[in-house]
Amino acid sequence: MAERSPATRRTLWLVLSLVFAFLYIPIAVLVALSFNEGGLPTAWSGFSLKWYASLAGNSAILSAALNTLIVALVSTAIATLLGTLLAIGIEMRRQYGRGLEALIFAPMIIPDIVLAIALLSFFSMLNLTMGLHTIILAHVVFNLAFVCSVVRARLKSFDWSIVEASADLGASALTTFRRVTLPVIAPAVIAGALLAFTLSVDEFIIAFFTAGAGRSSTTLPMQIYAMIRFGITPEINALATIVMAVSITALTLSQRLNRGIIGQ
Amino acid sequence: MKHLPSRSSLLMAPALVWLTALMVVPCALVLALAFFRRGIYGGIEYTFTLENFGLVFDPLYAGIFLNSARIAGTATLIAVVIGYAAAYAISAAPRRLQPVFLFFAVLPFWSNYLIRTYAWIVLLNREGLITQLLRWFGYTGEPPSMLYTEGAVIAGLIYNYLPFVILACYAPLSRLNPELAEASRDLGASAMTTFRRVILPLTVPGIAAGAVFVFVLSIGNFVTPALLGGGRFQMIGNLVYDQFLTANDWPFGAALAMALIAIMLLVLMAQALAANRASGHAARAGGDTDG
Repeated sequence: MAERSPATRRTLWLVLSLVFAFLYIPIAVLVALSFNEGGLPTAWSGFSLKWYASLAGNSAILSAALNTLIVALVSTAIATLLGTLLAIGIEMRRQYGRGLEALIFAPMIIPDIVLAIALLSFFSMLNLTMGLHTIILAHVVFNLAFVCSVVRARLKSFDWSIVEASADLGASALTTFRRVTLPVIAPAVIAGALLAFTLSVDEFIIAFFTAGAGRSSTTLPMQIYAMIRFGITPEINALATIVMAVSITALTLSQRLNRGIIGQ
Repeated sequence: MKHLPSRSSLLMAPALVWLTALMVVPCALVLALAFFRRGIYGGIEYTFTLENFGLVFDPLYAGIFLNSARIAGTATLIAVVIGYAAAYAISAAPRRLQPVFLFFAVLPFWSNYLIRTYAWIVLLNREGLITQLLRWFGYTGEPPSMLYTEGAVIAGLIYNYLPFVILACYAPLSRLNPELAEASRDLGASAMTTFRRVILPLTVPGIAAGAVFVFVLSIGNFVTPALLGGGRFQMIGNLVYDQFLTANDWPFGAALAMALIAIMLLVLMAQALAANRASGHAARAGGDTDG
């Protein structure tokens, strides 16, 4: 803000402070309350970890957390493999149709509710029993699109002639991939996987529609939704703090590995 | 890699099969579903009909569409104003601080949507932080009812999608050539005129991208109206949800979902148009400074 007048500069800093206050106060209140002994927003009655301890004894939350972990890990693994191969396949080509571009872009912009009801209709028409496996099938759809876009960004500056050189020197396709391509794109692949993991852990609507009946395939966001509808409890504050800490850590790692997916 | 197109297809195949089987086919199925009739006992009767689409324009449901558009439109407008101001302030900050500000502006976006919405229940409920603050300032009356209002829904939508607007607006603002604004000032334009005639037109693509994002995600949203509106403010997303999970009228639900997609495509087309016009304008503005 070098050449601006002091008044303009003050206004700009004020705007920044207000926006950051707006973005962070709601979260900060939530986190603070999770450590409040009394658990109520009415008064601060001392620092306590008791709401975290009570989470550890809540079997519904623990089983939901385990389900979420299974869904996120499996769908991330599949999506990372398929998305990376897709990205390499596309970038290898000099040209590709707009239809292909649209197909890969669609999972990222299609409203969740539309994909959710589409998959629900599809699975029930196939008479498929729904559960964690159907949530995984669904999560791979958007996860692979995100992995693909992160890896493609990295491949934009990739020099394909080194792949040709490797092939000319007699390396097999697999060796070339393992020794030449993979080391270059590895940070983007890991960043994409972390992004996919976070998206899967946080995803609610599609999981809600494709989980089927019964509580056995409840994921953490579904559990949180049910708890929120029931009312404010100090336990949600603690759970929310943990979930936020996990996704923010994963995303910060992802960002460090691959400058460029969250901004810049 | 001109000699390897077949290998490229092989690499792409698994993902494309997955997307086709679990996105294209199910979406086509929903489209088809919209042309069938609802069975007498729920379920689907396989006779062709257009009445589901007719029902979308029924005053009752058309009203919900308009209501959703109004709520989403208001949220979009406010989010764009705040987001643009924030992006402008970030782009005017010292260079080394800009990535840090941007990172922290986008960070909340990557935490759980439900939790970010829940945070507003904590703030707005009758015994929430805002009521506490009012009391602290000496207010003794009834706690204001802020939760379960349209305002709460709009605030929740803005809060959830603001980071993306900041990101979308920052991109063109940070690429702006400072000499353009300088030239405009040297030629005697006021700061306001410079902003309106030079900076704003050049950053329209960012504004359009951010606005489309907020609008599209808001109009199809069902979590925020359900949690912050307390179910009193039906939006299209809630209507679709009801048809599939409670009313059991899948064909009508499918028609509503297709209407939602149609709105989304219209908005995306409008964005492409705005971006095109803006790039024409940018070319002219570039020419002007050369001349």
